[in-house]
Amino acid sequence: MKYLEIGKHVEKGIDWLAQNAEPFFDAITVVIEFLVGAFQDLLLMPHPFLMIAIISILAYMVSAGRKNFFTALGWKKGRFLGLFTLIGLTLLYLMNFWNETMQTIALVVSSAILALLIGIPVGIQTARSLRAEKIIRPILDFMQTMPAFVYLIPAILFFSVGNVPGVVATVVFALPPAVRLTSLGIRNVQSDVVEAAYAFGATEKQLLYKVQIPLALPSILAGVNQVIMLSLSMVVIASMVGAAGLGQDVYKSILTADLALGVESGLGIVIIAIILDRLTQAAGENTNRK
Amino acid sequence: MSENVKIAVKDLNIIFGKHQKEAKKLIAQGVSKTEILKKTNCTVAVTEANFDIKDGEIFVVMGLSGSGKSTLIRALNRLLEPSSGQVILDGADVLQANNEELREIRRKKYGMVFQHFGLLPHRTVASNAAFGLEIQGTPEEERIKKAYEILKIVGLEGYEEKMTGELSGGMQQRVGLARALANEPEVLLMDEAFSALDPLIRGNMQDELLNLQESLKKTIVFITHDLDEALKLGDRIAILNDGKIVQIGTPEEILTEPADEYVRTFVENVNRANIVTAQTIMFEKPTRIELKREGAEVTLRKMRNTGLSVLPVVDENNKFIGFVFDDDVVKIRGDKSKSIRDIIYEYSASVYLETPASDIIAAYRDSSIPIAVVDENGKLKGVVMHSAVVSEIIGKDENEIRTDIKNALEI
Repeated sequence: MKYLEIGKHVEKGIDWLAQNAEPFFDAITVVIEFLVGAFQDLLLMPHPFLMIAIISILAYMVSAGRKNFFTALGWKKGRFLGLFTLIGLTLLYLMNFWNETMQTIALVVSSAILALLIGIPVGIQTARSLRAEKIIRPILDFMQTMPAFVYLIPAILFFSVGNVPGVVATVVFALPPAVRLTSLGIRNVQSDVVEAAYAFGATEKQLLYKVQIPLALPSILAGVNQVIMLSLSMVVIASMVGAAGLGQDVYKSILTADLALGVESGLGIVIIAIILDRLTQAAGENTNRK
Repeated sequence: MSENVKIAVKDLNIIFGKHQKEAKKLIAQGVSKTEILKKTNCTVAVTEANFDIKDGEIFVVMGLSGSGKSTLIRALNRLLEPSSGQVILDGADVLQANNEELREIRRKKYGMVFQHFGLLPHRTVASNAAFGLEIQGTPEEERIKKAYEILKIVGLEGYEEKMTGELSGGMQQRVGLARALANEPEVLLMDEAFSALDPLIRGNMQDELLNLQESLKKTIVFITHDLDEALKLGDRIAILNDGKIVQIGTPEEILTEPADEYVRTFVENVNRANIVTAQTIMFEKPTRIELKREGAEVTLRKMRNTGLSVLPVVDENNKFIGFVFDDDVVKIRGDKSKSIRDIIYEYSASVYLETPASDIIAAYRDSSIPIAVVDENGKLKGVVMHSAVVSEIIGKDENEIRTDIKNALEI
């Protein structure tokens, strides 16, 4: 005998929202569809070989450092990622996964951008106010521990099927590290530097932009890296509600017990993961050294 | 109140905690800090601080950790909000200023130097030095130019484009000092500014600060836990114990007239010889022999009256000539062909009023011959006995030394 029907109540609430807040969800749909569509178009516009070259050079440049582009030091630091990107993407092209790969990257990048756009300001807020921290922290814990599949259900109710519910579920899942690491970075700025800024008459805004954010940047960039990796880990789950990309192939391979397809599409996700991870890490490191 | 008071602190209380009213009542009743903490859960950092800081002086606040000195300096520019009292800077109460006025005061009137420098590690030396100006909205070109000028003054020429992390501690603090000086403040707040530096560098920085001050003539409030540093830098020193100011005075006053037991135990361990001067330890208006008017008989009578075996001799203008000894006076007594002039011992050194005790001891050739203290015109001001110098240096008074000697002889 079930005595409490929490789930039923939540369902009613979600239903009510889905019916009454439609314009709001429509607006979100438009934004997300535009964002994902724009990235997809951009990535699929040039010929795959040109795109592979562009991404590989970009990867090399970020890990070598812009100044070291033509130097021996730059080659030493950048060759791994540059060559790995070149070979990995070519492999994906040869396995005939080019379109899916670009769709996946578009989804991941869009989700990550949205998660960061929300997460970084919230993180700044929680760092500066104890009350905000107290409210937001349990919400983050909830978001991170609730199984990611559960997000898919309201996402479908609000946004139907396709890329949009996938992105929304991904954003919810990938948001917490952006908030936490931004907050941590700002809290860890040495108190005497903050005090010095106040002593010279800095306003709150000057303190934030001239002292706290620059000093918290390494931590914030670690957050960016985490957000991107979590977004990528949601690719398969998001494909269950119809999000495009390599996740679809993984999902299909599970449903049909197709090992060959599973290996190939899984490998594709791993390659993308390594490229995105090393790329964001390298970007973070080069900022640290400055 | 005299005209040249820069900052007047009045009845300043700084209490941390929620029940400040009750805590304040208890303070008025004279209840101790620990009792107040127990009863109200409030930490009393500073109680009833009253002092004036004069324009152009180095005012040192000295106290051990937990004495409330860092809290006190932060009340001056309200990095910490005092519970009650007044901080009157140039006639206006800083504590009454609204946020905007306060920022303006911090930007224009104060410069602050921190113990751990508080520099921005992601910026260059010049950019750090220009930080105060940047906050004020000074255009980049102008503020960098100013930063270069100031960095030259503090001895960092050539380091302008380095990152601060590449510099040693002493150099980083120079950047901190340059940053504080760049916006041309009227008051420089230095919170344990040299405490994080190793001793040799610290000594150098102290010397340089004194040099700088000669041309800058800023009002400097300097916080330290190091009495030697306080004595070296301070024009006046306030000693803080347990949130209360127990004494304010010149270094010499602190050393020679400690206000209470706390200060006394503090100054006991100090190398007094570097601070106490001839003026403090000399016999003033000593009995003297005036060469032209007084002969052997008068001299012997004076010696008998004072119980001294050696007296200073001066000319008619009170100019110091030398000493005479009783043995020599007795020898020429009754000998009409000889006068005091023939027996004056002229090889004794003389020192000035402001000569420190450590230098006086070096001037002694013979502990039985006193040293004369003269002013810049050579006029006799006093006489310093060897025992007085020794007692200053080892920090005991003369009676104690006499007893020590007596005890030693009896053994």
